[in-house]
Amino acid sequence: MSNPVTLDDLDRKIINALQGGFPIVDKPFNEVASWFDIDTKEVITRIKALLENGVLSRFGPLYNSERMGGAVTLAALNVPQERYEEVTRLVNAHTEVAHNYARTHPLNMWFVIATETPEQIAEVISQIESETGLQVYDCPKQREYFIGLRLEA
Amino acid sequence: MNPSSQKKPQQRTNTDDIDRQIIVATQNGLPLVTKPYKAVAKQLGISSNEVKSRLKAMLENGIIRRIGVVPNHYRLGYIANGMSVWDVDDEVIDEMGERIGALDYVTHCYKRPRHLPVWPYNLFAMVHAKTRSEVEEKVAAIAAILAGADRGHDIVYSTKILKKTGLRLCSPKEMEK
Repeated sequence: MSNPVTLDDLDRKIINALQGGFPIVDKPFNEVASWFDIDTKEVITRIKALLENGVLSRFGPLYNSERMGGAVTLAALNVPQERYEEVTRLVNAHTEVAHNYARTHPLNMWFVIATETPEQIAEVISQIESETGLQVYDCPKQREYFIGLRLEA
Repeated sequence: MNPSSQKKPQQRTNTDDIDRQIIVATQNGLPLVTKPYKAVAKQLGISSNEVKSRLKAMLENGIIRRIGVVPNHYRLGYIANGMSVWDVDDEVIDEMGERIGALDYVTHCYKRPRHLPVWPYNLFAMVHAKTRSEVEEKVAAIAAILAGADRGHDIVYSTKILKKTGLRLCSPKEMEK
């Protein structure tokens, strides 16, 4: 996991103010620049640099895949320690597996499956079950609660 | 906050071909130029007013959650990330979920199914902090909010990223359908 980096005040202000609400106007960076009383170029340069050094993972619209007909679920496995590497390989080989984390619990592998249709989720789960011989615990979200979505820089 | 984020995730909203072209063109990011919407419009051969009005509509109906920067929490120093999981009385889970999701250190908050006896937890709240003891303090604060509705909880830490790819929400091939 990547190391923290040092940010200056302006970087922090940009990150804290722009986790949503980017203006939909002809020259949006001008508007953002006016919030901080800086140059438009400075805003663009800063965002570019923050993307390059990995402080930002992206900049732009954040889409909600389920609203477009796609499906996402969170699933878990209880993987015997001696099979951990093998099972990681089998799970990660599925392109539909977007994220996979080792976690501290008897359910020690948690991954996100994202597909274009809800039916494909069940297919991927049954493939993983037959390839690994392990039971997949499917934990689809039944409800999403209001999220503040702001991590202070 | 965008009120549409309250809608049920299962609810589907229709998108047409132009929306999909805009999604494909922007899902990896907006161009870092003075007129980003005009740049997208040019690429798609439509007007920048069309791009702007469609983005506004998608923001309104929840296809777009938000437009802005997405920080990498590890790089911001949030290196202790605990998935706090709770067994909450089904009668009060929605009320409690809303309160916990609104806390600024909770970045995701979902109701998910239990898998008894292995997994008794039905509420997931991702807590980001700089140290594990800070995660524990925050989890204690959540426990205080839940009070009697907390029938048991745990903190499951991630110890390793085994895979992390961007979610491709809409592939170009899908547009040919």
